[in-house]
Amino acid sequence: MLAKRVIPCMDVKDGRVVKGVNFVGLRDAGDPIELARTYDQERADEVIFLDITATSDGRSTAIDLASRASEELHLPYTVGGGFRTVEDIRQMIAAGADKVSVNSAAVRDPSLITTAARAFGTQAILVAIDAKRVSGGVDKWEVYTAGGRTATGLDAVAWACEAARRGAGEILLTSMDRDGSREGFDCALTRAVARAVDIPVIASGGVGCLEHFAQGIIEGEADAVLAASVFHFGELSIRQVKEDMASHGIPVRM
Amino acid sequence: MIAIVDYKKGNIKSVERGLAACGADVRVMETAAGIREADGIVLPGVGAFTDAMRTLEQTGQADAIRDAVGAGVPFLGICLGMHLMYEAGEEHALDGVTPGLGLLPGVVGRMPACDAQGRAYKVPHVGWNTVDVGGASGRALFEGIPNDSFFYFTHSYQAPDSPYTCGRTTHSATFPSACARDRAFGVQFHPEKSSDAGAALLANFVRMVRADA
Repeated sequence: MLAKRVIPCMDVKDGRVVKGVNFVGLRDAGDPIELARTYDQERADEVIFLDITATSDGRSTAIDLASRASEELHLPYTVGGGFRTVEDIRQMIAAGADKVSVNSAAVRDPSLITTAARAFGTQAILVAIDAKRVSGGVDKWEVYTAGGRTATGLDAVAWACEAARRGAGEILLTSMDRDGSREGFDCALTRAVARAVDIPVIASGGVGCLEHFAQGIIEGEADAVLAASVFHFGELSIRQVKEDMASHGIPVRM
Repeated sequence: MIAIVDYKKGNIKSVERGLAACGADVRVMETAAGIREADGIVLPGVGAFTDAMRTLEQTGQADAIRDAVGAGVPFLGICLGMHLMYEAGEEHALDGVTPGLGLLPGVVGRMPACDAQGRAYKVPHVGWNTVDVGGASGRALFEGIPNDSFFYFTHSYQAPDSPYTCGRTTHSATFPSACARDRAFGVQFHPEKSSDAGAALLANFVRMVRADA
């Protein structure tokens, strides 16, 4: 049976791991490869590197990081941040990345998803969605781009469906309301997207304690759960998280 | 020397590192001539069937592989590389199906989105799943690896069942996750991304190539 995945995510800025609290106030948590190697040994199911400076600065993405990662890691990894063209994606995959994550560029030009999926296979194209609940107490979420700075007017569930239709292999879904809050995943958001699309959904944003991971899978109906700070600062280990998930009857790879 | 066939789509570096870690003399080969000189061939996989086959045929890599496999050179197809071993594939085909290398019978098709009871499953099949190894033909490749070990998968298409299936995995349906015909092997998962079990499998392949060379 397919195991539910636990994915540590590293936000990388200037070659160092940082983690924003609601996307501001960055803290330094070390070398991304060193950290990823630790997670590899702890049997993380994969890791994600998000180059958080790439989109806003207009910098091209971290080819060097991908290249080092392919030398030193024995698990799959995704690189995200700042892809604009299929050529950008080709270079990253050639450097060794298993998957790339596209966000702003896909909103700007959804045909990028289609073209990239045709060239590299749908499994290599992950569409990242940063979603924020609209005011008024209804279960609706709006898509933001450029690291959460630009509102797009797009409905998160509708955009996830379009991304899937265009060939996205997975959705990396971040709740901007919960990111950095330690209140747990936005399970209503995660469930709404997970039920609407037929591709895997990775829940992101808000983990503060052990129980939140199982909640993301059971209540959020996610296929994978992602966290950053709780792992980077050693508050929780991958093993602890998987043991807790297993105790809730969730299939995991120990 | 083990040749990794470079068809400009694949994730070559991880496979190269994985084989080199087993002590193999690994070279990334673009030319048909280079492939013909190899003692072992690895066809890695990221990409889509139709795109990949076009490149393999245009460069002469496809014929070099067919000839080498016919001559008994050990071969390992990984993920898409396993798919390409079959007669044909449906992934992004323009006319129904695209012809493959034709080392094994059958057509590679899309994974079903529902199981026999109508329950929905996510496709692509992404993540760690177990492989049930069966059949004498695959024993050499899985030697020393406990049955039902976890391997890393990421794919939307699956190989057809055939007499050459030697490992099975279950998602929406049970599908061939490993195949073997003489000295030609295919695995749906990525051994180079599959931790200790994957490393053991690559070491078994390298040992086979060494025993021949």
